[in-house]
Amino acid sequence: MKTPASWTVASVRSALADKKISARELAAEFLGRIERRNRELNAYLTVSPERAYAQADQIDASISRGETLPPLAGVPIAIKDVISTRGLRTTCASKMLGNYIPPYDATAVERLDRAGAVFLGKTNCDEFAMGGSNENSAYGPVHNPVALDRVPGGSSGGSAAAVAAGLAVAALGTDTGGSIRQPASFCGVAGLMPTYGRVSRYGLVAFASSLDKIGPFATNIADAAAVLSVIAGHDANDSTSADVPVANYSAEAERPVQGLRIGVPEDYFGAGLDSEVKEKVQAGIALLERLGCRRIPLQMPHTDYAIAAYYILATAEASSNLARYDGVRYGLRVPGGTLTEMYRNTREGGFGPEVKRRIMLGTYVLSSGYYDAYYLRAQRVRSLIARDFTDAFQKVDAIVTPTAPTPAFSLGEKSADPLQMYLADIYTVTGSLAGVPGISVPCGKTRAGLPVGMQIFAPHFSESSLFRIARAFESAGGFAI
Amino acid sequence: MKISREDVLKVAGLAHLGLSPAEVELYREQLDAILTYVDKLKELDTSGVEPMAQVLHAAAGSRGEEKHPELREDVLASCDVAQPVLRGAPEAKAPFFRVPRVIATGEVESE
Repeated sequence: MKTPASWTVASVRSALADKKISARELAAEFLGRIERRNRELNAYLTVSPERAYAQADQIDASISRGETLPPLAGVPIAIKDVISTRGLRTTCASKMLGNYIPPYDATAVERLDRAGAVFLGKTNCDEFAMGGSNENSAYGPVHNPVALDRVPGGSSGGSAAAVAAGLAVAALGTDTGGSIRQPASFCGVAGLMPTYGRVSRYGLVAFASSLDKIGPFATNIADAAAVLSVIAGHDANDSTSADVPVANYSAEAERPVQGLRIGVPEDYFGAGLDSEVKEKVQAGIALLERLGCRRIPLQMPHTDYAIAAYYILATAEASSNLARYDGVRYGLRVPGGTLTEMYRNTREGGFGPEVKRRIMLGTYVLSSGYYDAYYLRAQRVRSLIARDFTDAFQKVDAIVTPTAPTPAFSLGEKSADPLQMYLADIYTVTGSLAGVPGISVPCGKTRAGLPVGMQIFAPHFSESSLFRIARAFESAGGFAI
Repeated sequence: MKISREDVLKVAGLAHLGLSPAEVELYREQLDAILTYVDKLKELDTSGVEPMAQVLHAAAGSRGEEKHPELREDVLASCDVAQPVLRGAPEAKAPFFRVPRVIATGEVESE
């Protein structure tokens, strides 16, 4: 049987309905691709043929009984390894959780399961989702499928690479300061950070609880919309999940964009932006104008302070969240003569350098005498950044920016200088702090063939607007501009 | 210099992180660079600005809705997870997690 190189949610659905392929055959096709490509990409940390075939067999049984298929029936999906999967190793790309087997599924995973998805396995990432290059994984970096000597971005680098390489139709990632959007940009796929609270965090291993979000990667906008429609919604197990109605994002994505007001913040196109990225994103904005959007210049005066505020708040929350890894309840234990020695030995041996650095920074900014100067001040600046967005959305329906200042950089290029790595998050962390949704869509390639990403932000719970603009852009050929 | 070796050792102690001497110097330099950078927040006048701890409240507030959408009725629900949770522990003796002795021998009845 001939299989197309790139499957979509819709093509899987029609192939299953027309009995051109079974869900089991499709799962086998993807598991075979992983078998062939994962050695060079290192995108998957754990492959789960047992769960994939069990799910696929249920779909095939359902088809043979003539039942209506659920929305993601038979769709092969990858899950970032910071999201809990029942009975399936969840490492957070850390030695600390090298053998951790969660006793339950995260809510997003459970919803995908109920929607008929087939889980191929768990994807590599920066340790505990801390990083922008995937080089902080305890299990080795992911290689960008577009250029193997380059990083895939991070922290959700494995999910982005898996989708870009055709090793999954869609994937779940997580985004705290850009960890879905930036790797989507580097690998040339679409990646959505939903509004804070849109998708339950139950079962997501916490990094920075006021900033963490789960969202989809896909090769096209319809697929990203289909996955969000399934995973979004209120969950009693996450008190920060929002009780706001979930739209039919797939239908919303098809609405016209004529007359939408697109804000372009001048602060996002200044020094530090690669000239080819700038050229492509400006061409992308011009295309949106030709599609009937109205371009409105914006000032977002606190953009320049976002990185500083973000790295104080995210590390403070991380230092608190990661206190749980003490060798008592789960994961690694390195013995010691006393309880305190056991804690110290476990945390010294289990955490990698970036995680230690962030725990120390977070502990420092929260410590007695520094709390007001760092943590409280950063929370106040977070309000100012959120206000930049509220003010902007009085005038515009969406904001369009580059996703990252550069295309994918080379492996090892930035890993020695953590501050330089942090500064590359400049365009993504603003929206993260404000809690608004953002999407990165492919926006052409540089002359060297590296993907460029264009980012779109919309007001809280306005994912529909993001999909609408992204879909119109895709239909008009914007992905290959 | 924003941060000394002693500060690094103190913070590592608070966080229960063991560090080698080489790590202490490396982290001192790196944390110093990061703390110097984040000092730029001092350029902003934040007096009178409310600290933002949580997005949902801010979002709900801006839409004029109730301020605490996360509150729910306090109702008992079953939570029968002790066995699978203990199975994930490095060392357990149901219904307990085992840790190195924290009370000197003789203070409690031995096993």
